[in-house]
Amino acid sequence: MASLNLLIAVCMAYGAALFLVAFGAERAALRGRSGWLRSPIVYTLSLSIYCTAWTFYGAVGFAARSGLEYMTIYIGPSLVMIGWFWGLRKIVRIGRSQRITSVADLISSRYGKSNLLAVAVTLIAVVGTTPYIALQLQSVTQSFAVFAAADPTARMGAESQTTALWVAAGLAAFTVLFGTRNLDANERHHGVVMAIAVEAVVKLCALLAVGIYVVWGLGGGLGETLARIDASARLGEWHIANGRWSGLIFLAGAAFLTLPRMFQVLVVENEDERHLRTASWAFPGYVMLMSLFVMPIAVAGLSTLPRGSNPDMFVLTLPLSQGQTGLAVFSFIGGFSSATSMVIVAAIALSTMVSNHIVMPIWLKLQPGKGAMVSGDVRHVVILARRLSIVGVLFLGYLYYHLSGGGAALAAIGLISFSGVAQFLPPLLGGIFWRGGARSGALAGLGAGFAIWLWCLFLPSFGEGVVIPAEVMRHGPWGLSWLRPYALFGIEGLDPLVHGVLWSMLINSGLFAGISLLSFPSPMERLQGAQFVNIFQHSASPRGWEGGTAQSEDLMVMAQRLLGAREAQKLFQREAERQGVQGYLPEPTGEFLQVLERELSGSVGAATAHAMVGQIVGRAAVSVEDLMAVADETAQIMEYSSQLEAKSAELARTARQLRLANEKLTQLSVQKDAFLSQISHELRTPMTSIRSFSEILRDAPDLSGEAKSKYAQIIHDEAKRLTRLLDDLLDLSVLENGQVTLNQSRVRLGDVLDHAVHATGAEDGRLSLRRTPAQEDIWIDTDGDRLAQVFINLIANARKYCDAEAPVLRISVRRAEGQLIVDFIDNGSGVETSQQAMIFEKFARIGDQKAGGAGLGLAICREIMLRLGGAISYLPGQGGAAFRVVLPPPEALAAQ
Amino acid sequence: MSKSVLVVEDEPNIIEAISFILSRDGWHVSSHSNGVDAVEVIRARAPDLVILDVMLPGRSGYDILRELRAGDGAGASLPVLMLTARGQTKDRALAEEIGASRFMSKPFSNAEVLEAVNALVAP
Repeated sequence: MASLNLLIAVCMAYGAALFLVAFGAERAALRGRSGWLRSPIVYTLSLSIYCTAWTFYGAVGFAARSGLEYMTIYIGPSLVMIGWFWGLRKIVRIGRSQRITSVADLISSRYGKSNLLAVAVTLIAVVGTTPYIALQLQSVTQSFAVFAAADPTARMGAESQTTALWVAAGLAAFTVLFGTRNLDANERHHGVVMAIAVEAVVKLCALLAVGIYVVWGLGGGLGETLARIDASARLGEWHIANGRWSGLIFLAGAAFLTLPRMFQVLVVENEDERHLRTASWAFPGYVMLMSLFVMPIAVAGLSTLPRGSNPDMFVLTLPLSQGQTGLAVFSFIGGFSSATSMVIVAAIALSTMVSNHIVMPIWLKLQPGKGAMVSGDVRHVVILARRLSIVGVLFLGYLYYHLSGGGAALAAIGLISFSGVAQFLPPLLGGIFWRGGARSGALAGLGAGFAIWLWCLFLPSFGEGVVIPAEVMRHGPWGLSWLRPYALFGIEGLDPLVHGVLWSMLINSGLFAGISLLSFPSPMERLQGAQFVNIFQHSASPRGWEGGTAQSEDLMVMAQRLLGAREAQKLFQREAERQGVQGYLPEPTGEFLQVLERELSGSVGAATAHAMVGQIVGRAAVSVEDLMAVADETAQIMEYSSQLEAKSAELARTARQLRLANEKLTQLSVQKDAFLSQISHELRTPMTSIRSFSEILRDAPDLSGEAKSKYAQIIHDEAKRLTRLLDDLLDLSVLENGQVTLNQSRVRLGDVLDHAVHATGAEDGRLSLRRTPAQEDIWIDTDGDRLAQVFINLIANARKYCDAEAPVLRISVRRAEGQLIVDFIDNGSGVETSQQAMIFEKFARIGDQKAGGAGLGLAICREIMLRLGGAISYLPGQGGAAFRVVLPPPEALAAQ
Repeated sequence: MSKSVLVVEDEPNIIEAISFILSRDGWHVSSHSNGVDAVEVIRARAPDLVILDVMLPGRSGYDILRELRAGDGAGASLPVLMLTARGQTKDRALAEEIGASRFMSKPFSNAEVLEAVNALVAP
């Protein structure tokens, strides 16, 4: 029987060996000989921290209690690795290109670098991981106890609490030593990764050794073992009925992505994206090997060991009971490896989150002056924060172990943890696949999911009456039965785990999606969202800027592009002169680079200039902050230039409007000038005759009587013409301004025509009229006097302008499409085609005839017909001058 | 031999008035009422003086004067009295620029016309 002291010594020695491995790996990495460190196998083995003491000890217990259900915990991650390779690659790419340090960092970065979100994720992660760490403490403590009592039925006594505290303290010290020896900007820990890879091999070998012993040493071969599994009641059956099966697969898959320690090894410690390809088949292979002998060990344990033995410890107790102390110690080291590797990485991951998102922001806020950014100073604070966080995290784990009594099944504790960190899944997946995901949605979903998890799974896990009183468990708080932790919203009869996972995930995703859809994300959020979702377009190469020194030619090309050829040449010449190498390109000294960066920042902004010079110098990759600053500057420049653009577009629009208005005014002015000029002409012409002849009559007393009366007649006619012109002008003005009042009455069309013919004096026989009185016998509602005015104009025009030898005017009336049409067609030569378009314009006198009109007649006719609701137009191609007057429908009056 | 004047004007009453005034003063008055062929008529009749209306059917008085002044021979120095019913200052400026000997707006007084034609054609 191995003594406890021997075990402790073995642990110490193992720890020291691991430390040496880590130390060596780090030294090798520092010296740049890290090729073998970066192999995909190391990456895959480091992923195996998924298999913790839960797997090592707990899986057998799980199998002994629930049969093959334990497989779900390995099927989930295997499915993710094999079937969701592209999604993993996306997360890894995002993590690398955005230099993500933790799952909290990823989620907060995605949602606009929200520190609130980072704090929320960190808190959930800490609380969610606490049971998991407690699980490791419990298993290590139990394994110690198994050796100590040398009795397979050993259960935890009072002294086990002390053991657990020592284990926690030891692990804390170990983690502090491992994880916080130095600070890496990328949060990479080559040494730790190497150590856990070694541990992965150790735990696999230990479990395989026990398994082989159980099957071939104890069980008498493969066939017998399989027969025994078949014989054991219900152990080998698949229990899928109650939904736990699919729920557990989902949970395990989700936890594989969201567990802080898994994120740490999967994303943060990833050296090369291509390693994922190897891991996608190697990791499922590893977990398959890990679970290969679980069932034989469980069956052997159940049948060989006395009833009441803790199945979680079968891996240890089976060899012990057979006196195989050496194998038992090896198995113990395997379990110890599983537990320590998990605790170390989990504590490192959590301490990174706690110090980056909680301690450092508070510390920076508490610093009096912001000038305290001395790097050594901050470094010191960060390391201290990390160490305190590690101790804190382990203490919380111990506290959970202490409160829960350490008696629960390992798997049950692990599942509580899984479901806690699974709350990150909606904001994580929503963040990298859906641009619409918003900070408020992520916060609300996380908050609600976390609260439900606390109430339905975490708090009850301490045991009835420890945190939640038994009364509340059975009847709900304040007697509200729909708030019972195991029957939320009245859903009863579900497995508590499935129940809790279902509600928390449903409400979490629902709130995330719903509030995201309703909210309006900030520009930063949208920018980050686009970068995350479209990561493969944004980061073409997973490799950073490697090696290389600044080439003056490159710098010159860039400077020319940004400053313009002449400015750049001047700058470079000046520097070359200063360096004493006139005629050549200057050396890219640090001083010159600074000058160049300052010059460039004048034209592209400080952050962009820094990033660009940095890129060419190849000194360092561009950080997330650099990128953000560049984006901000670009946005500002774009904003500014779009404002300018809008202004100039507005100016152009105004100018166009002004030009149009001006053209219109000019046109109006030209029209007005032409009109005034016309009126002037029309008024002055008769006035000239009147004045001239009245002077003749006055100054020539010797005129004959005949001449006197002739000249008086001329004066009289011209005065009349003047009066008529003034009348027409007034008439037109009134009609055009719409001030005319119409005297509507019922008139017979024939009567109106008779009146017009009489008024023009057309009955004298100079113009013969062809009329059809039967057609004219129509009663219409209109202004008879105005209509007569139109007719008079048309008949008078025919009298004046018809140049036929025997002028004939045909007036025909007919109805078409409900309208009344009156055509006036003479047998003259008509109006020339070129003039037809303008005869209705003012002063558009046709030809050179002196007909006494001022050229306003047809313009007036057009206005009148407009007022009467009809129209007047010229009919081309009728042989002579042809005008068509269209009157509105005579309603039902035709019958009268 | 009496001096001859050609009145290019489309208003018959105005032609008659001008004819009466100038005939009594001893002028030989002839008239033409169309703008289209006015230049040919002027050249053909070769009067001592032309009274030219601006607003003529077919062609404006300005165009007729421009053509007269552009050609060489008698037309270039022929005294032309322009009459217009528009009477705006810019019309007067345009007429003088083209080369009208005198510009008069309607309605004119008979004495004014007599004085103008006698001033333009030295006896």
